[in-house]
Formats: sequence, structure tokens, C-alpha cells
Amino acid sequence: MRAKQLLLTVLVLLVCSSLMFAGTVSGRVTYTGTPVKAKPIDMSKEPSCAKQHATPVTTETVVTGPNNGLENVVVYISSGAPDDSQVPSQAVTFEQKGCQYIPHVLVMHTNQELKIVNDDQTSHNIHPLAKVNREWNKSQPPGTPPIVDKYEKPEFISVKCNVHPWMHGEFAVLTTNHYDVSKGGGDFKLPNLPPGKYTITAWHEDYGTQTADVTITGNETKEQNFTFKAKAY
Amino acid sequence: MAKLFAITLVVIAIVSAIPILRHTWAAPEDISTHGALIDEQMSETMAEAGISFLAAQFILAFFVWKFSNPGPDAKIKRFPGGAKGLVIAALLVVGIEVMALGIFGVKAWANVYLTPPSADALPIQVQAGQFAFYFRYPGPDGKFGGLHPELINEGTQNIFGLDPEHDVAARDDIVTAELAIPVNKEVHLLMHSKDVGHSFFVRELRVQQDFVPGLDVSLHFTATKVGKYEIVCTQLCGLGHYNMKAYLEVMSQPDFDNWLKQQAGQ
Repeated sequence: MRAKQLLLTVLVLLVCSSLMFAGTVSGRVTYTGTPVKAKPIDMSKEPSCAKQHATPVTTETVVTGPNNGLENVVVYISSGAPDDSQVPSQAVTFEQKGCQYIPHVLVMHTNQELKIVNDDQTSHNIHPLAKVNREWNKSQPPGTPPIVDKYEKPEFISVKCNVHPWMHGEFAVLTTNHYDVSKGGGDFKLPNLPPGKYTITAWHEDYGTQTADVTITGNETKEQNFTFKAKAY
Repeated sequence: MAKLFAITLVVIAIVSAIPILRHTWAAPEDISTHGALIDEQMSETMAEAGISFLAAQFILAFFVWKFSNPGPDAKIKRFPGGAKGLVIAALLVVGIEVMALGIFGVKAWANVYLTPPSADALPIQVQAGQFAFYFRYPGPDGKFGGLHPELINEGTQNIFGLDPEHDVAARDDIVTAELAIPVNKEVHLLMHSKDVGHSFFVRELRVQQDFVPGLDVSLHFTATKVGKYEIVCTQLCGLGHYNMKAYLEVMSQPDFDNWLKQQAGQ
């Protein structure tokens, strides 16, 4: 009885300690140089969308924030994460609204359910340009139910609309749940990391990929910044 | 029964001619300098075809009325000259009609396609792609930058595949989704397709031109009235063909200059 209690206590302590010791990697993604000026998008051929924007929307390939922050960079653990095989049960949603894709970059786990919703008064035909996964495109008239699908292999997939040439988005299909997308001043945060050695990857759709190695020993917050070189054209 | 059929024929022929004669569905106002000849050609064709149509229906009705229910002794009448005569007569009548229309129409065609654009026509490039029209103006340097299809990226709005990094002439090119032109000034369109067949049609301009993939098509015209007109694709090009359109804005010269400056600034 005593031995059993002792064993149980030791086990609980071990589990608790690994839970208690969960570190965070956080930082900023910034750029150097002068990025291309964001160009306005003329939606006059689709009046139902054009009228939803008081001022024309701009291209989202390079979105910058205050203090040289770079947004829409996917920052994720590319190796070392312990619970990578867990597929979240809830779906992620990709919205077509005002003839734009929201969010511009959508991250999901392999085999996680992806729901594509059309909130516009016009038909869209979403065409994710997958090269590793299966490439498909589907028409979606207004008022029809969401398209539900999933991707089995990790890949960064460019997404376009076959009807509206200016619509552009990205799918980031990862094998980890430890990810963030940089926002605002380029800030990102990766919490809940048990002690260990990690490789962190930062991916931008135009500026490429960078990696960094980080070691977590307890519940500290490690700072890791990424700087990308902006392209003038 | 046969007489009823004959009457029905005449009634249908007259009823279908009435909206044409009354110009119930008239074409919208012509805003081009070359359109008058085209409209004339259309009217002549309609008149010739219309008269032939009515004549044919009335003659048919007459024969049905007169020669239906023949008695047992009635002889079968034959067309004078037999089958040969019939074929020759048909060739002559239809042939002359079609030739006449063709000869009268040559002038309208030549006016649009066989006269070169004037030297100071405003050049504008048009790219038709599934499912939108985009337009390019040469900018202050007056030169179009080169086209590099492998660089086309609609997500970053590089519609034409320009290479401003290495191609200086491309840096000031102005790309728009709307075709704005100054009124009373000749415009020279340089048209190509990005992918499949499309067609550029503006009713009021009396301009309709197919884009054939691989061909660079040249078209020139002058618009005579300020306003906003629809450009629609009239060659089935895929699932978004129904939605493929752009707008033509005919403006005064000062308005056009302002518009172009504004587009360049973006």
C-alpha cells in the first residue's frame, strides 16, 4: 500500500513538474530595407464587393507594422515539439468576404478540418495551388454550405480564386500545433513548450524562410527575433 | 386545315416583323466615329433579309391556300425549268442578295480594319484573362515595358508580368482595371489574351473583337460621347465568363489627364 502510494506520488510529481515547467519563445519579426508599396486593388468588375470597401483594399503579400514589423509570418516549431501528432478536433475557417480571403494566411495541422465559407453575394471558385497535396478547385455560389476538406501532408499552399484574379491567400499546413502568425508590430508568441531543444522556423510568402535553435530549460521566456530583407520590387 | 395553316403562317410572319419595323429593341446610341456605317449595314441586312423572309412566307401561304385539297383530277404543277431551274433561280436570288450585302459592307469593314491608326492615337494595351480585363498605359516615357508571362502574379497585382527591377521602361507603366479614354481622341488598342479565347465588346462603340490566344490584335476607334459604358466578354471562356466585364469611361481630356495621374500615383 505504502509502495503504491509512494509510486503514485512520484508519478504525479513528475507529471506536474513537466507541466509546471513550460517555457515560451516570443519575439518580433522585422524587416530591413524598403518593401514594395502596397498596391490598391480595383474591384470594379465585381460591384457587390467593391461597395463593401470605402477605400480600396491593398495587396497583402507584404504587410508591415509599426517599428519595421513584418506581419503574416508563420512562426512554428519545426523540430523538437513532443505532441506533434495530435490533430486538433476543431476546424479552421477560411472566409471569402468582400472578395478577400480572411485571414490572408491560415495555419492548420495536417488532417485538421478546413472549412471554407462564402460570405459574398457572388460566386467564388477557390483554387489552392497544392503541389505536394492534391490540387483541386471548387465553385461556391452565394448561400451554399461551407466547403469542408483537409490536407494530409505538410505544405505551404498558395490560394487563388479562379473568378476574381486579385484574391490571394496562403495555407500553411504544419505537423505541429505550436505556431503563431506575426501581427501588429511583427509580434509572435509560442507558449507551452516543455523543456527541450527546439528549432523554430519563420516563413514569409515572399521573403522566404529562416530558422533558429532555442533551448528551454524551465518556465522561462526566451526571446527570438527574425529579420527579413525586404525586396524593392 | 390547310387554309388555317396558311393563315397562321401569314399571322406569324407579320407579328414577328412588327417589333423590327417599330424598332422596339433598338441598339443603344452610337458613340463612335465608325459606327454609322456599321449601323447602316445592319439596317440594310435587316431590310433585305426581312423582305425576303416576308416574301417567302407569303408565297408559301399562298401556295398552301391555293393548292391544298386538290381534286382527284388535278395535275401536279411543276416549277418552270424543273429542279435545275429551281436551283439556278435560288442561286441567283440568294447569291445576289448576299453579294450585295458583302459589297456594301466592305466599306464598313475597311474603315475599321484596313485603315491604320493615326500616328498620335493613344496606345493602350489590353490583356484579357480568366475572368477580367486589365489595361496598361505607357506612362510618361511613352514606352511599354516588356512582358514576361512567367512573372505574372495577380496576388501582388503584377497582372502583365512586368519586370520593373530590370526593365526601366516598365517602371512608369500604369496598369488599371478600368479603361478610361479621352473623348474625341483616337485610341489604339493592342490586345492579347493571357490564356484562352475572349472577346471585347462595347455595344455603344460598335466594337467587338475576339482575343485569339497567341495573336496580338490591333484595333483603333474614336469615342464621341462622355459616359460610362460596359465592356463585356462575348466569347465563352470558362466558368466565370458570365461575370467577366470591365467599364469603359470616356472622359474629357482634362479629366482623363487627372485620372491617369491619380492611377500613376498608386
